Amino acid sequence: MSIDWNEYQPNQFYDELIRQPGKPRPAGRKLAGYLCKLTEQELTERRNAAEVTIQQMGVSFTVYTDGQNIDRSWPFDIIPRVIDSKQWQSTELGLKQRLKALNMFINDLYHDQNIIKDGVIPEHIIKESKNFRKECVGVTPPHGVWAHICGTDLVRDEDGKFYVLEDNLRVPSGVSYMLENRAITKRVFPELFESVRILPNNAYPAELLKMLGSLSPRKIKQPQIVVLTPGIFNSAYFEHAFLAQEMGAELVEGSDLVVNDDNVVYMKTISGLERVDVIYRRIDDLFLDPEVFNKESVLGVPGLMRAWKAGKVALANAPGAGVADDKVVYAYVPKIIEYYLGEKAILPNVETFLCEDPEQRAYVLANLEKLVVKPANESGGYGMLVGPHSTKKMRDTFAELISSNPRNYIAQPTLKLSTAPSLVEGTQPKPRHLDLRPFVLQGKSMYCTTGGLTRVAMKEGSLVVNSSQGGGSKDTWIVDMEKR
Amino acid sequence: MLSRVAARVYWTARYLERVENTARLLSVFNSLLLDLPSGVNLGWYNLVIINGSEEGFERRYKVRNERNVLRFMIADVNNTSSIVNMIHWVKENLRTSRDVLPSETWELINELNMFVRENITAGINKGSRHEFLDHIVRACQQIVGLMVGVMSRDAGWHFLQLGRNIERADMTTRFLDAGAAMIMNEADSPNRDQIVWNNVLSSASAIQAYLRETGSEVSGSDVVEFLVENSQFPRSLKYCLHRVKSCIDELPRNKQLSVTAGSVLEFSLKTIDYNKLGQELRDYLNDLQVRICELHDEISENWFAV
Repeated sequence: MSIDWNEYQPNQFYDELIRQPGKPRPAGRKLAGYLCKLTEQELTERRNAAEVTIQQMGVSFTVYTDGQNIDRSWPFDIIPRVIDSKQWQSTELGLKQRLKALNMFINDLYHDQNIIKDGVIPEHIIKESKNFRKECVGVTPPHGVWAHICGTDLVRDEDGKFYVLEDNLRVPSGVSYMLENRAITKRVFPELFESVRILPNNAYPAELLKMLGSLSPRKIKQPQIVVLTPGIFNSAYFEHAFLAQEMGAELVEGSDLVVNDDNVVYMKTISGLERVDVIYRRIDDLFLDPEVFNKESVLGVPGLMRAWKAGKVALANAPGAGVADDKVVYAYVPKIIEYYLGEKAILPNVETFLCEDPEQRAYVLANLEKLVVKPANESGGYGMLVGPHSTKKMRDTFAELISSNPRNYIAQPTLKLSTAPSLVEGTQPKPRHLDLRPFVLQGKSMYCTTGGLTRVAMKEGSLVVNSSQGGGSKDTWIVDMEKR
Repeated sequence: MLSRVAARVYWTARYLERVENTARLLSVFNSLLLDLPSGVNLGWYNLVIINGSEEGFERRYKVRNERNVLRFMIADVNNTSSIVNMIHWVKENLRTSRDVLPSETWELINELNMFVRENITAGINKGSRHEFLDHIVRACQQIVGLMVGVMSRDAGWHFLQLGRNIERADMTTRFLDAGAAMIMNEADSPNRDQIVWNNVLSSASAIQAYLRETGSEVSGSDVVEFLVENSQFPRSLKYCLHRVKSCIDELPRNKQLSVTAGSVLEFSLKTIDYNKLGQELRDYLNDLQVRICELHDEISENWFAV
């Protein structure tokens, strides 16, 4: 049987495509109409075509625990997620506003700390922050910008509004999958790109290159820009290679670089040593430079921090930028925006309880089964408690964790995350929860991706969208509805 | 260009060339063995000898029969030079040098990898073997063709050519050596020499070029001379080693290497007596292989050392 949208039940959630059974949202009308005209066989064929395309394109991600088979094909759902361009415009403004303020905040933290002196943020939050790097105090990177690439996770609640779930200011990944998802969808549904005005999203690599170039200490026409990867066993290696290729930049590993006594970074080439100007590093702070941080690290480059502090090389993101990645800091972002920009935050935060506050902690401990508890400085969905899906034993463990280290935990209500029709099995779409990770760049100027990476929880009812935890993804369309 | 990337590009070309040559060789044997008069002991095991992997084979198999040789050379993951393994290494090298090679090569190698894994039994079984091997040869040529068609003639290109021609030169010495060994080891039988040298020519896909060049029937001395000295045929030692030298001359910091490459080329052309195709030929080929190997070491030392 072909798709019958009357049979599709979004239930109590906000559905991205189907408002109520049989009724698509305006931006998705053409997509929904097109999909239900496909026969069951055609639909299956398209899905198979997508799978073959993914294998051919070698779109993969790496799972550490997967033994020999380190590369898994990218889990992809063929039905795109549709967002109206009008709504996107204000979301984009909100994202840029947020990153701008966060960068002013980070710069302030490594200089005068006015925001603390003015009592907007309590001092101990910064003092106890795992990602505050005392080595960075006093440094001013180009344009005063620390977090050059930010991946912000957005979710939609049942009211259909976007909320910021978290900011990823260290080494956010996923943008290559956003681009590949589009490439796959173009091959699978070429017809749709004729009838629907889908805004292109492929400017990112060029914008990234431009942004990185704007950081170069040498003002030359072609600064040497490299992508620094931990190597083939890193879970995001595919993305590192992809971005380097798209930008025409060198993909280097730590052992390809060397810092000489002149504090300049060089790469080892067939012609000898060549100077490097900008490093888009995909290695965590603590592995960057064994002279300063983790002595055991073989991923980094001895002397890199010297070179960076001397202004001889630019690092994106700058070391220490992760201080604003902290989920406790996150709770203060609306205040941070007001403090530095004198504006109200355009994008709201998800309601957040800080466990370090005795009153809020008491509430969290009493309501664990309703809340999602997150450690302040983890990523990839690790170390979380999802209250409604937890056992008594798990809740007890977390109650103890929270009580012994309240500063390290925040809690948020379980959101009624929006859903979108996804072909999980068979040919009838089922609603599955999803989020959205747009990417924002800041160097000399700012840029935000058109849409972002949509991640989908492939299991019924599940709210976990991380690919390392079995989530999938789908193409994200920003659809222009303006009549021209 | 990064030293590490240069090394990976070079190895991509070497492995790719070896995959294609192995598939060709299997294919040649496959059709040749059908033509042989019974009683001529020109068995499948010779393939293992040509590849210099007798030790690896003996460790894994008791019987030197067709099935075992094919399994060993196509599908055995314990054999470093099996087709499956070499494609894996092409893939790994490509994956880590994707930023300098045309992106479509990555798709093509993935396709080839999928094809080989899915059809591996077709390669071992007699009925479908030809199609299987033919597909591999074509896929390799498609990748090479793509590179020829779209790559800038920059350092990456020269390392690719360098790898390919060193591998080819090495393969050609092996084909010749296999011929010499067979002549020495097989009892004299009617047509023996012709079958052996025809086999050598086919392995290098050189029959057509040979016939056009010499205009004569297949004879050992002419075949050896052709595969050593012909300056137009892309798999002759002279051609390959000449290309190796000219690639080296295009790359930076090449002074010493250019001299070494020149001396290897010169050595390969040093007059050998084309009427003595027994031990003398084998000694010459052996010396040449050692020199090619040393040239390779010097290349890694100069450009790849990280």
